[in-house]
Amino acid sequence: MLQIETWKRVLIWGLVALGLLLALPNGFYGRVEAYNDKVAAQAGDSTGVEGWPGFLPSGLVNLGLDLRGGAHLLAEVKVEEVYQTRMEGLWPEVRNLLRDHRGEVGTIRLQPSDDGTLAVRIGDPAGLDRAVKLVRGLARPVTSLTGAGASDIVVSGEGDLLTVQLSEAERVATDDRTVRQSLEIIRRRIDEVGTREPTIQRQGADRILIQVPGIGSADELKAIIGTTAQLNFQPVVTSTSDPDSRVPAGQEVLPSADQEGLYYVLEQAAVVSGEELVDAQPSFDQNGNAAVSFRFNPSGARKFGDYTAQNIGNPFAIVLDNEVISAPVIQAHISGGSGIITGNFTVEESTNLAVLLRAGALPAGLDFLEERTIGPELGADSIQAGKIACIVAGIAVLVFMGASYGLFGLFANIALILNVGLIFGLLSLIGATLTLPGIAGIVLTIGMAVDANVLVFERIREELKTAKGPARAIELGYDRALSAIIDANITTFIVAVILFVLGSGPVRGFAVTLGLGIITSVFTAIYITRLLVVMWFERARPKTLEV
Amino acid sequence: MRLRLVPQDTNYDFFKYRFVTFGISGVLMAVSLVLWLVVGLNFGIDFRGGTTIRTQSESSVEVADYRAAIDPLGLGDVVISEVFDPSFAANEHVAMIRIQSQDDQQAVASDTIATVEAALQEVDPSIRFTSVESVGPKVSGELIRTAVLAVGAALAAILFYIWLRFEWQFSLGAVFALFHDVILTIGIFSALQIRFDLATIAALLTIIGYSINDTVVIFDRLRENLRKYKQKALIDVMNLSVNETLSRTIMTSGTTLIALIALLVLGGDVIRSFVFAITWGVVVGTYSSVYVAKNVVLWLGVKRDWSKPSGGAGTQFANIDA
Repeated sequence: MLQIETWKRVLIWGLVALGLLLALPNGFYGRVEAYNDKVAAQAGDSTGVEGWPGFLPSGLVNLGLDLRGGAHLLAEVKVEEVYQTRMEGLWPEVRNLLRDHRGEVGTIRLQPSDDGTLAVRIGDPAGLDRAVKLVRGLARPVTSLTGAGASDIVVSGEGDLLTVQLSEAERVATDDRTVRQSLEIIRRRIDEVGTREPTIQRQGADRILIQVPGIGSADELKAIIGTTAQLNFQPVVTSTSDPDSRVPAGQEVLPSADQEGLYYVLEQAAVVSGEELVDAQPSFDQNGNAAVSFRFNPSGARKFGDYTAQNIGNPFAIVLDNEVISAPVIQAHISGGSGIITGNFTVEESTNLAVLLRAGALPAGLDFLEERTIGPELGADSIQAGKIACIVAGIAVLVFMGASYGLFGLFANIALILNVGLIFGLLSLIGATLTLPGIAGIVLTIGMAVDANVLVFERIREELKTAKGPARAIELGYDRALSAIIDANITTFIVAVILFVLGSGPVRGFAVTLGLGIITSVFTAIYITRLLVVMWFERARPKTLEV
Repeated sequence: MRLRLVPQDTNYDFFKYRFVTFGISGVLMAVSLVLWLVVGLNFGIDFRGGTTIRTQSESSVEVADYRAAIDPLGLGDVVISEVFDPSFAANEHVAMIRIQSQDDQQAVASDTIATVEAALQEVDPSIRFTSVESVGPKVSGELIRTAVLAVGAALAAILFYIWLRFEWQFSLGAVFALFHDVILTIGIFSALQIRFDLATIAALLTIIGYSINDTVVIFDRLRENLRKYKQKALIDVMNLSVNETLSRTIMTSGTTLIALIALLVLGGDVIRSFVFAITWGVVVGTYSSVYVAKNVVLWLGVKRDWSKPSGGAGTQFANIDA
């Protein structure tokens, strides 16, 4: 009767000690955080870092944005934009191919289109079937698991018009690639700016959730990630003051970034694009104005060198996100593959632009569906209020339990305190994020954690009326209360899981603390309180029991 | 000397006035539904889209002045309200400004927010914007769908689990009680026009979790007593079960309410509506475990013979192969 094997006791206390050890760093939040930053600065090597003993765990509970302050953005990637770019990229190939068969298809002209299709008018309608067949030859298999076997483009013809567009399977594959690329580039940009623990996650098919603690406002964050930073070097045809001037297909009209009313007519196909940059740094031009210096990779350098050698005396345009930053005249053959972009930059703008160019361009633009900024002082107030509420709630429950169950209440209280410690230990272990509703979840757990103990104690009281002795009553109390404890907590746990799966942000934080709280409170009630009761019973051997 | 909220042996007749209590529950549910449909919920931006700006300033909030500054901007429906909280310092004056979403924009317009902030800064130079949140109409529509799905999934999962562990009558009783709790909570949110947002949905799910916890504990005792007292009438067994678990029900609700009230008073205004919903739910949930879930089970009746494997009742002896 009432025996617990030694190995079980060791295991239980071991788990408690482990949990509390994991929770320990949170008691010294500022110190451990500074320590972790220093360790991260040394690429994870903790030797020689002061402030926290290296043999202790240093995992902390992350504070959510609503507690720490920062910015939250939900962005939707405009995946369709890539279709058009892909089609534009296909044009030179199509042109060269059909040009080689001019005898069969006649002259070819690109038709303007902007809905993700490539439309080509051919001179000889009789050759359309032949042209369609030729262009189909350019198709490549789709590179994705689900779309395997399908080809990437759909070619159709009607009259003298040949249209090419991406196939459905390729669109799906492209969308996925676009979102993954965007995610990667956003991550690189935010890392470049260097903030602590940003969250950058994909959500659903085409969305990205970005949470950056400590940043001043969502606008600041948008300035970093909202810019596409698509850099192109394009040949200039002419300049104009009419934004609606009609240009042949393959050319485009773009505004100047710093001169109002000035527009450039440019060749659409870029000589070199930002993808071929290997480095970009803020710098100054010879007049001391802020500028950005850059370097091309070898293939970009060769293309740029060839182009400048052939076009001395002609202007070319440096285009950033469809605005002409500058259009210098080529003075000489530029062979080194490096150069400098000047414009009307402030130092800050040039620094930002360098960051964006280094991190790479976003493959498509972003729509911001949701943005939240929480000031740090509001978060600090919330933490303060949450702390006080937790302490008051805890003390009130401890007193209430002590008054109701005496010595057994004391056991339950010890378990309750350990319970809160274990919740923090688990939160630190899995690197969970604590949010304001999460604190509410902990307070709620403090209230509900005693439930399992109450169930057992009430049951022991009942069994005392009928059972043969205190030991038997305690044993029966635990045995018979178990099914109620299990059923009641599993149903609540189901709810926590649903909250976690379907919730987001702060709500998810609440689900985590609620779920972990259920696990730890069942553990503490069934094992710790019971162990305490048994240990006391072994020593005191009471003849009668009062619960 | 022990604190005893409930006498040692109770023998209250919980089902004496069952028509009255069930009637009251029914009336309250009806009133809640009417309030919901007529007055409607005060949806936060999570569900209707738009922007909320929380301001904090040294001088006291003059709602009329704020309104005078914002109205000329022509932003449509703008709600300005001052926030009070005992934890605020003397020179801490907080207001919430809610602006409706601007003509179906998917993306959020940050220049709108900037103009509002500039206009307010002119009224009160010491004003600071401690939080600014915008949700586009596209997301808010999805959030509503997810929220409804979450509540529905929780109810369905519980229906299934209770059915598995108990009997279908218990399952229906429990879920009906949960419906009761959810609807009453929606009712009070409609009546008091408390802001209803994503956190409130989390609160609703917590209420479901708490209420089912309570219901299951009593069901568990009922299941045990039904095996023990095979000859007693169902209503008497139920009364006995509720009485036996009464002390526990009061204790647990008591500790939970103590913790929640501490949070309600001291936890700050940001989560007050969330905590209020849960507190309300604990009270309603405790009530519904006894007066709604049990009543439903009482009316549906229960198969009494739990010890034998199910099969046609009274046909055990016909099975001569056994």
